Amino acid sequence: MNGMHDMGGMDGFGPIRREDNEPVFHADWERRMFALASAIPFAVPMSDDHFRQEIERVAPATYLKSDYYELWYRAHMALLQQRGVIEHGRPEGTKPLAAETVMAAIGAGASTRMPADGITARFAVGDRVTARNIHPSGHTRLPRYARGRSGVIDADRGVFSFADSNARGDGPCPQHLYTVAFAGEALWGEDAGNDTVYLDLWESYLDPATR
Amino acid sequence: MAGDDHDDHDYRDHGGSVLSDIALRVKALEDLMVEKGVVERAALDKIVEAYEHAIGPRNGARVVARAWSDPAYKRRLLSDATAAIAELGYRGLQGENMVVVENTPQVHNMIVCTLCSCYPWPVLGLPPVWYKSAPYRSRAVKDPRGVLAEFGVTLPPETEIRVWDSTAEIRYMVLPMQPASARDMSEAERAALVTRDGMIGTALL
Repeated sequence: MNGMHDMGGMDGFGPIRREDNEPVFHADWERRMFALASAIPFAVPMSDDHFRQEIERVAPATYLKSDYYELWYRAHMALLQQRGVIEHGRPEGTKPLAAETVMAAIGAGASTRMPADGITARFAVGDRVTARNIHPSGHTRLPRYARGRSGVIDADRGVFSFADSNARGDGPCPQHLYTVAFAGEALWGEDAGNDTVYLDLWESYLDPATR
Repeated sequence: MAGDDHDDHDYRDHGGSVLSDIALRVKALEDLMVEKGVVERAALDKIVEAYEHAIGPRNGARVVARAWSDPAYKRRLLSDATAAIAELGYRGLQGENMVVVENTPQVHNMIVCTLCSCYPWPVLGLPPVWYKSAPYRSRAVKDPRGVLAEFGVTLPPETEIRVWDSTAEIRYMVLPMQPASARDMSEAERAALVTRDGMIGTALL
């Protein structure tokens, strides 16, 4: 969706404010919210795609005003409500993450890489491609600044679950994910410097470039 | 956004001050999730401990120092970063599919996530507030030289800047150039030179 989160290329947010010796968390509720968000998906089926989609659904003005982990709170409340957990509790057949397995669970990760068998790559390194000019109303990882712009396939990262389709509830739709190199000028016009933006894009976002 | 609000909101709940609205709501959510059997409080404590004490940029600094000290390791790091990083024991959430990009005199790399806050947790820990903030996310792709100048980094005009907008399934880390002062150092001493911002690409070492 064309939400507030899609910030690449916007102006007017002011200087970057840094903090010396910044702590990992700034308040105890941030610690607890981070931990909740990490632990809940072990008992309640949800993916990062669903999580990000809910953050993106926060109204633009609220999104900008909210602390980072406040957005996590809002997203998880929405996810828990959708899944009936607030009303009915933990889904049947699931178990909460146990303290003694936390480090193993962190180490195992939750890769979205999928078997590549039989999934052909439409593009090869060096191919010129154009990002589609699409404006889906749901979750997408194709930033607005790249839509309709052309670049070059820099790398084929392999086959991954497709965020847009997974967030919609249409399953993983596994496909190749490519790193596409966009010249600064192609994105920002002739005043852009000697810069290149590398962006990871799923095959569904791309067409062969016609020029 | 987050960073800008720190002066305006008193959500700190130590020192006997009243809990803010969001602190109360998160506490209520935690209590409810424990009551419903969705989470165990001890597991939450363990997660916090891991990200406050075990998982952070010192991990990435060890990876960088090893790459500076061992050319064969550096080759493995640049060709299969996930496996090379796992050799040092770092793996897992938000680092399942890693790519390391090397700074050279000709090329400077920097990392951003314009859509949210994607960041390589196993090697850098959780991101600083500025990395997640609107000013950095909005401008890193459009005006990387202006952003770098705010960090005190000025590069020659002929240096190519590569901005890696990590909005999908790959997490990136920058391999900074080794400073001349590191030449006669041990690997552990070299690791002490490596900063978090150096591995994001917003600082030179």
